[in-house]
Amino acid sequence: MRYRNLYEKLVDSHTVKTIDAENVLLYVDLHIMNEYTSPQAFAGLEEKGRQVMRPGQQLAVVSHIIPTHAQTPRVIVDSAARLQAENLARNCSKAGIRLFGTNDPDQGIEHIVAPERGLVRPGMVILCGDSHTTTYGALGALGFGIGTSEVEHVLATQTLVYRLAKTMLIKIDGKLPFGTSSKDLVIWLISRIGAQGARGYAVEFAGSTIAELSAEARMTLCNMTVEAGARAALIAPDQTTFDYLRDKVGFEPSQWDAAMRDWATMQSDAGAQFDCEYRFEASDIAPFVTWGTSPDQAIAIDEPVPSAQEQTSPESAESTRRALRYIGLTPGQSIVGTAVDRVFIGSCTNGRIEDLRTVAAIVRGRKVASGVRAMVVPGSGAVRRQAEAEGIAQVLIEAGFEWREPGCSMCLAMNDDVLSDGERCASTTNRNFEGRQGRGGRTHLMSPAMAAAAAVTGCITDVRKLEALA
Amino acid sequence: MSMLFDIRGAALPLPIENLDTDQIMPKQFLRIIDKAGLAQGLLYDLRFDSSGQPIAGCVMNDARYRRASILIGGANFGCGSSREHAVWGLQQYGFSAVIAPSFAEIFYSNAMNNRLLLVQLARAEVEELILDWHRDPSAELRIDIERQRVESASGREYEFPLGERHKRMVIDGLDTIGMTLVDLADIQAFEQVHHARHPWATLG
Repeated sequence: MRYRNLYEKLVDSHTVKTIDAENVLLYVDLHIMNEYTSPQAFAGLEEKGRQVMRPGQQLAVVSHIIPTHAQTPRVIVDSAARLQAENLARNCSKAGIRLFGTNDPDQGIEHIVAPERGLVRPGMVILCGDSHTTTYGALGALGFGIGTSEVEHVLATQTLVYRLAKTMLIKIDGKLPFGTSSKDLVIWLISRIGAQGARGYAVEFAGSTIAELSAEARMTLCNMTVEAGARAALIAPDQTTFDYLRDKVGFEPSQWDAAMRDWATMQSDAGAQFDCEYRFEASDIAPFVTWGTSPDQAIAIDEPVPSAQEQTSPESAESTRRALRYIGLTPGQSIVGTAVDRVFIGSCTNGRIEDLRTVAAIVRGRKVASGVRAMVVPGSGAVRRQAEAEGIAQVLIEAGFEWREPGCSMCLAMNDDVLSDGERCASTTNRNFEGRQGRGGRTHLMSPAMAAAAAVTGCITDVRKLEALA
Repeated sequence: MSMLFDIRGAALPLPIENLDTDQIMPKQFLRIIDKAGLAQGLLYDLRFDSSGQPIAGCVMNDARYRRASILIGGANFGCGSSREHAVWGLQQYGFSAVIAPSFAEIFYSNAMNNRLLLVQLARAEVEELILDWHRDPSAELRIDIERQRVESASGREYEFPLGERHKRMVIDGLDTIGMTLVDLADIQAFEQVHHARHPWATLG
């Protein structure tokens, strides 16, 4: 028997048929939709007189366009955005699809809602018209983003014509250093391998560093692996995964035992081959922050902002020049002390309860620096309620953060949470692209702890030194 | 659907590395439920200033190049968000093909599903084409899709990769959903076995 890695096992177990040397017809266990990448897919079905094949394996969430200021009931004032939410509701109602709509208590960001509802399980294939669907690899599911034409294909056939990826193993060993998290780990990783370092690959993460991460921390890692160009990210399920899932899936004991037996086989075989392998030591990781406009343009907090001259290729020299011009930093300067106007805590990368606990632990008894506008946007209604029950919300409010309603919010600024031209933001999100958070807005990606430190000091700060500054 | 054998047209170079789909189609143009109006949004922040005026010096605002139908981009073109609006916008603006050293994965699938031809060439070859453009911006390129060749005005040929299925999708404009539905019985048989074998994967 041929040894197989985890990715190959997941693809094999979902292959309805082989189409050609490059493509298979892949069965989809769960398909998740939002309000802005699905409308044209539903319209396409209607035009052709086609039906949604398996409504029970679909899920929809209003996530991207929804305003997040506190309001009951929530109202989408922007007429175009409201039409998107209403259109999604109409499409779901007609097809019999479960929707987490504008005023559903469990509404939130799709990639936070689906796992917390117990719908993401090891061994599944899960697709969504959103690139951050790689998140689900954290629980041993093969998740990846698709476009709207593919959304239509999945709705009509419960399958996808899928171009097979190459496989990459990234093994990271050792304890994460003080002051760092899986967010630092992933930004550091992307800065090492580059924004297209994993393009065309399904990445499996392994090693003791990964084993030590919580399920939520793994979601942060797998979520952002797409910023290295990866088609998917995977972590083999283990006890951490099972502990996370047990209450959420709500299986009977016999069902649970059977599932556990099946899930235990979802590991790469010893001797399985990968097309590419990396090995790293966690001791190299420090609090990382982006200085540029691509997620790979990142440095450790105590490193100087790089120059175009030190780049190894003309293309990356040009990218560096362009990024520095946009972001308004000078080569060689320290990034510590760079004043920020805004702080954003949230997104499918870092909008979970553990992220908010981290922020609260740092800002407890401190105040958001004057002149800084700091927002916390929980990833879902459930995260928001949990944070309120734990007293985290109160800590954040007392520190001067805006405590907002769930949604994607300023991660991509499709709603009214937008940076103004020239505003600089410490952000726990996933993309520092030009204009992503608002035209002319300057985004520095970092961990929740680092963003919390920026909020209370008013500038980019080494969170490891925060105690000394107090 | 009409067949598309070759693409002829002038090129327009925009060699920016990692040009992401947020820049190709900014957020404010995504609040739609159809595909309308995306030509205006294409690369908006590169083309227009914050008051909506065309930015002088942006190659896309030069009337001499407005008829270009082949965009020459940088590596990892189309990275980031899965928004297919980026592909629709490129087509609505008038581009039929993009040539670049590499393309992001989701963008590649989106392009093929819409018959926007993506031509991956070696970086040095892309640079040659850009040099050609600087010599004569009006010179037409011809892309022979069946033979997978770009022919420059000076007669040089560059071969590019294109999977057989993707080639048929671009040339013939396949109804991929219709093709998959031919296998509906296979899909139904598969899912019966799948759910029996993996009951934990059954939802609802």
